Amino acid sequence: MPENKNKDYLNYIDKTAPKSPMLKNVLLAFLIGGLICVIGQLIGDFYQKICGLDTDSMRTAVSVTMVFLGALLTGLDLYPKIAKHAGAGTIVPITGFANSITSPAMEFKREGLVLGMSAKMFVVAGPVLVYGISSSVVVGIIYFLYKVLIGG
Amino acid sequence: MQYLNAFWVGGLICAIAQILIDKTKLTPARILVLYVVVGAALGGIGIYNKIVDYAGAGATVPLIGFGNVLANGVKKAVDSEGLLGVITGGASAAAGGISAAVFFAFLIALIFNPKAK
Amino acid sequence: MATRLGKQTIALSKSVSIINTATVVGTKESEGPLSPFFDVKMKDAEWGEETWEKTESKMQKEAAKLAIQKSGKTADDIDCAFAGDLLNQCISSGFSARELGIPYYGLYGACSTMIEGLSLGALSIDGGGMNTALAVASSHFCTAERQYRNPLEYGGQRPPTAQWTVTGAAAAVLENGGSGPYVTHVTSGKVVDFGVIDQNNMGGAMAPAAIDTLCAHFSDTGRSPEDYDLILTGDLGRIGREIVINMMNSNGYNMNDNYGDSGCMIYDIEKQDVHAGGSGCGCIAVTTCGYIFRQLKDGKLNNALILGTGALLSPTSSLQGESVPGIAHAIVLSNKPGGEG
Repeated sequence: MPENKNKDYLNYIDKTAPKSPMLKNVLLAFLIGGLICVIGQLIGDFYQKICGLDTDSMRTAVSVTMVFLGALLTGLDLYPKIAKHAGAGTIVPITGFANSITSPAMEFKREGLVLGMSAKMFVVAGPVLVYGISSSVVVGIIYFLYKVLIGG
Repeated sequence: MQYLNAFWVGGLICAIAQILIDKTKLTPARILVLYVVVGAALGGIGIYNKIVDYAGAGATVPLIGFGNVLANGVKKAVDSEGLLGVITGGASAAAGGISAAVFFAFLIALIFNPKAK
Repeated sequence: MATRLGKQTIALSKSVSIINTATVVGTKESEGPLSPFFDVKMKDAEWGEETWEKTESKMQKEAAKLAIQKSGKTADDIDCAFAGDLLNQCISSGFSARELGIPYYGLYGACSTMIEGLSLGALSIDGGGMNTALAVASSHFCTAERQYRNPLEYGGQRPPTAQWTVTGAAAAVLENGGSGPYVTHVTSGKVVDFGVIDQNNMGGAMAPAAIDTLCAHFSDTGRSPEDYDLILTGDLGRIGREIVINMMNSNGYNMNDNYGDSGCMIYDIEKQDVHAGGSGCGCIAVTTCGYIFRQLKDGKLNNALILGTGALLSPTSSLQGESVPGIAHAIVLSNKPGGEG
């Protein structure tokens, strides 16, 4: 295989391929991501000030509510429409986590409610849970050892 | 003021992810994994709670906050239950979000069909 | 007997005609610039079926039936069908053939499949074993998306190099004799891989294969780009097309004037938000069977070199970090019969 020729070609297509409009993408991600967080803050204030939840319960309730909204907007075909412009602004908030679980569930419903919808539900979001929970165990071990050895 | 902080901190966290997507060809799935691990690490050393105090939902709504919840949960559980808490703490603290995601996804998928683009 | 030219090209000895064609397209394609050349325009992505896989299969079946009918034939007159699509195990083609009752060869040439089918059909007729053959290919945006990429409702962003899978099926009836347009030459392509890993830059991945086949065709036949009214590639899109023009130029072939890519023609790239252009088996299939066939029939084109371009990757190979191998098959469609005809 002509190695050098390939390298030249890869450099060439790297140079000629149109680049994503970074500034616009980043700005939109910032605005829409920020806005979603403000909505989360609003819901949190509602739970805390009107419903009188304590801080921990309030945070959980906000997560649950945001997850519901993300799932609902996905069902209504609105989330992908916003996401097309928002990029990471809609992927990173917890509503994006809900979208990444709801969208395969909807998509694979046609292959059945058990082996389709349910089995494929975590095809996108699974890694987040795997790495999230595994990291929490690692943090737990370190924290446990820290307490035993240093006596925190 | 809390709203402004939530806006710019939350926005910034998303903007950094966007830069990573556009500049590094890291797929969104990898960035989310990165974020949740970073969140757990920052939560583990106790820094992230300071950001949460400052930015509120701006720090809890992005997925880094999910990592932080996991780390806080595991530390709390180790305090109260010892070694067993290492295993149970993270997932118990995140149970609300995870159960909600599973159930609502199930419900929504039962009701709605995907639309052709 | 057909004549072998050089290493990759066969000049047909008989006059093998495309008797007639039929096309079925989705909504986005009917809003595109080639809309007047399509036969059946679906009102939605489902076309009355429960799943998009069933829809795609129905599109193939209806395209095949209509092409046979427009040729004034029945399914019994067809000696063999050469059909393919993008889905695992070529289910759109197999399930469509299940109902057509025509002897069937399933093909996989990714997005080059239509040209692969036309090549094999024409060669089979030229060999004398068949008199009438059918070539069919299809792709559907929704079935391709869920197999290769993300669920439709997933909130992702497509990079500017990404292409849009054409929802379309086309069929062509080939026959010994007839009044043209004729398939006069077939150039079989080699698999060429320059190591492009980015799944979102198919044009860049497939362009080297197209260039390889183009150069082989010109050197085998002694022809040059100027000998054709039109040179058309399958689905290289905006990016791949630029690469082909530049690299053919550095190989000493001028392709500035008469070269088009169906991925750039089927959509209004700016207005229809398809980034780098169209792709999928349906792209070259409906462009050739709709637009090109009509142009040849009307005498607006007389001699065209058509290349189907395909990316031979799978979701598994991509996850395992493999690069994207490309392939391109070429046929010459001419109003002047080949061989002794």
